[in-house]
Amino acid sequence: MSEPAPTTLAEALEARAAHPEAMPVAGGTDLMVPVNAGRLRPDALLDLSRVAELATWELRNGSVHVGAGTTFARIARELGAFPPLVQAARTVGSPQIRNRATIGGNLATASPAGDSLPVLAAFGADVLVASTRGERRLPWNEFLLGPKRTALAEDELVVGVEWPLRDGPGSFAKIGTRNAMVIAIASVCLQLDTRERRVRLALGSVAPTVVRAPEAEAFAADAIAWDDPARPLPEQTAREFGALAAAAAHPIDDVRGSAAYRRRTVEVLARRALLWALADRREASA
Amino acid sequence: MTPVTTMVNGLERTVDVPPATSLLTLLRDELDLTGSKNACEEGECGSCTVWLDGELVCACLVAAVQADGRSVRTIEDLGDGERLHPVQEAFLEAGAVQCGFCTPGLVVAVADLLDRDPHPSDETIREALAGNLCRCTGYSKILAAVHLAEEAVA
Repeated sequence: MSEPAPTTLAEALEARAAHPEAMPVAGGTDLMVPVNAGRLRPDALLDLSRVAELATWELRNGSVHVGAGTTFARIARELGAFPPLVQAARTVGSPQIRNRATIGGNLATASPAGDSLPVLAAFGADVLVASTRGERRLPWNEFLLGPKRTALAEDELVVGVEWPLRDGPGSFAKIGTRNAMVIAIASVCLQLDTRERRVRLALGSVAPTVVRAPEAEAFAADAIAWDDPARPLPEQTAREFGALAAAAAHPIDDVRGSAAYRRRTVEVLARRALLWALADRREASA
Repeated sequence: MTPVTTMVNGLERTVDVPPATSLLTLLRDELDLTGSKNACEEGECGSCTVWLDGELVCACLVAAVQADGRSVRTIEDLGDGERLHPVQEAFLEAGAVQCGFCTPGLVVAVADLLDRDPHPSDETIREALAGNLCRCTGYSKILAAVHLAEEAVA
């Protein structure tokens, strides 16, 4: 496209509608890989990196709104109130990647291994998308449809993501061959919700999209002594929780790991995540 | 072709590029700034690390058009002719350079780190350099070079 890159969302949506062939690019950290390799030859790019209003986050009556253009470096620096999201952000690529890669890009790319996606799923986030026709709000599981498949229409852009504030500890954990520059073999996000007395558990890299583990969640919600943070969870109960979490995974064998290894990883990570969250809750109440 | 005007190492440069050309290609092939290396072209190795508006990025993952109107600083801007930057001196002195291919990216990343944190812990250094691969040194000499540079920069 020879016209100048948009600097407002309205301009970006106009450009999206006028030039559906132009490939949207924010950080470029996913898009440029196949472009450099010659596997993807876009006729034009729609550069979203100058749309300042997409690169902000804010609290909005009981919810958090994170603009699609917010980088993982910024999330890691500024969203400390959400430890699982910060933990996930810090595992994205490398410092160079985190300075560019955005949460909107993670959503739009819709890799089953997208690092922020298990967190957004555990938080029960909604994805906000927009076009010149208007704005839509989609629950995360209605937005992510399959590997690299989303509900985004041809003229739409991801605008941001929102989730309600929740009380309670949580964590994100990811398994790979090293701490940086790793596509997750499996990842887990667990968020305790002490107000609703629920456990929210999401799994990454073990199914065509990120998935929740509702049976494991319900089992843990029943087993936790909500009124007595000091009472430990029996070890056997934590193990059963891990097994139920693993049962929610539908992994495949691929170059990064076998399906069996992924199931086992989920079992161990989910058990640990639950025990960590309960330990955090105990400490906070002491 | 799209015209891209970028401030590169303090000089305004205008180049016409095809739509999805990377900033790295613009720097190397159009401006002959070959200090930033082209190795993996997928952000894995960090050997093309440059500053874009003061932020550390892999030049291979930035579309050249995204650098239009912005400033880019490359390894070429660190030394001053014969005089090396303290981080470059430290790499030589510590023996942190073997084949040298990763060195420009690492020097930029270390300079960036010391700018933000003049006395980083080993853990901080490892995290800050996690995006720069070196297949020769085994990294311990690079860590030593960072500590040497830290004294020189301080």
